Amino acid sequence: MSAIVEFREAGYSVPRAQGSSDILRALTFTVESGETLVLLGRSGAGKTTALKMVNRLLTPTSGEVLVEGRPTAAWDPIRLRRRIGYAIQETGLFPHFTVAENIGLVPRLEGWTADRIEARVNELLEQIGLPFREFARRYPRELSGGQRQRVGVARALAADPPLLLFDEPFGALDPVKRQDLQKQFLDLRNALRKTAIFVTHDVREALVLGTRIGLMSNGRLELLATPQEFRRADGSEARAFLAGLDWRVEGNGPSQ
Amino acid sequence: MDLRNELASLTVEHIQLVLVAVLIAAAIAIPTGILLTRRAGMRRWVLGLANVLQTIPSLALFGFLIPVPLIGGIGKRTAIVALVLYALLPMIRNTLTGILGVDAAVRESAVAMGMTGRQILWQVELPLAMRTILAGVRVATVTTIGTATIAAAIGAGGLGVFIFRGISTVDTAQILAGAIPAALIALLADEGLGWLERKLSPV
Repeated sequence: MSAIVEFREAGYSVPRAQGSSDILRALTFTVESGETLVLLGRSGAGKTTALKMVNRLLTPTSGEVLVEGRPTAAWDPIRLRRRIGYAIQETGLFPHFTVAENIGLVPRLEGWTADRIEARVNELLEQIGLPFREFARRYPRELSGGQRQRVGVARALAADPPLLLFDEPFGALDPVKRQDLQKQFLDLRNALRKTAIFVTHDVREALVLGTRIGLMSNGRLELLATPQEFRRADGSEARAFLAGLDWRVEGNGPSQ
Repeated sequence: MDLRNELASLTVEHIQLVLVAVLIAAAIAIPTGILLTRRAGMRRWVLGLANVLQTIPSLALFGFLIPVPLIGGIGKRTAIVALVLYALLPMIRNTLTGILGVDAAVRESAVAMGMTGRQILWQVELPLAMRTILAGVRVATVTTIGTATIAAAIGAGGLGVFIFRGISTVDTAQILAGAIPAALIALLADEGLGWLERKLSPV
């Protein structure tokens, strides 16, 4: 195993009227090839900020983030981002592009031939359970919320990037659809052997999807553990999340 | 009939005046609006300047320009300069609002997919802002058609010739011969550009 992503004392602060306020404080961890690291935390914990530092939507104000051994600041940002799939809760699908055009975006930017793009779009739509003939020519506004989020994930996968960043990609869904997509995500991940960083505030999702869980609170990494270790963790923030799990899905939680 | 010929030629002249002015103004205003989306610090100054230009009464602006070297004097050139100055504001403002109005998640995705600044502008921002930008062009065009009637005061021709002649000879028919066609052109332009707006709007 080798580190695909490495945070080295990476911090992020924004200037305020007086001094500055820290969003992330000296974050240090690595993401190994093939694993799914879930960043779990309440809103405002800094998960999304950490994620955005990987594809250089944000640059650390202290320390550095390395992708494939090279600091993000030393990468050509365009090259870096084309190697990293990115899917977010709001999907960010282009409203003036059809489903096929949205999914085929990065391959087109990368100069694939039209035939190859179409074959790829076809394959991805198949994988996310939206038949090409029915969905390829639709616009995002003609899809349900769940279908849009699936298209967003397919777009992130399109050019077969070695690294995936997911920011609550299933966030806007009801629990049943959410479990559906989580299962699909697991199948895809196991089949494709991708490295992924996945942001969520749902502890259940973290336990199901993560090979490791990074618990974040107030801009710090409180705990970095496997799901098994996480269940036994005794920090107060971890206990708070686990208490929510027992209460919500009593007797029905994911077994170890 | 003499009046009919004159009406035809003045109408053509009027439309030419408006077309040239709006095209030049768009060529200045749309790139300026795009630039302002990238330079927040310049917004207040540029929009303020364009605003001030709009508040100058049109007859006064035509008058001010007459003594200015190169762009001034009597005739079409001066009129076009004045009409361009008036048409700038709605187009700058709508270009700015249209592009800034693009959904933040869409723009962030475009960046995260590895699109270059130019690709984002041409493939995402401009198509999504097109409807608002065209609405600005429409407002500018309709106002320019009206303002252009005053251009006759400095010898630029157009339908204003009828109106000024009608005023000086107290001849209502002459005034209407200028005013009615100008109003019709404005309505047609409004309809046509409105249709284009709907046709070209992507969503």
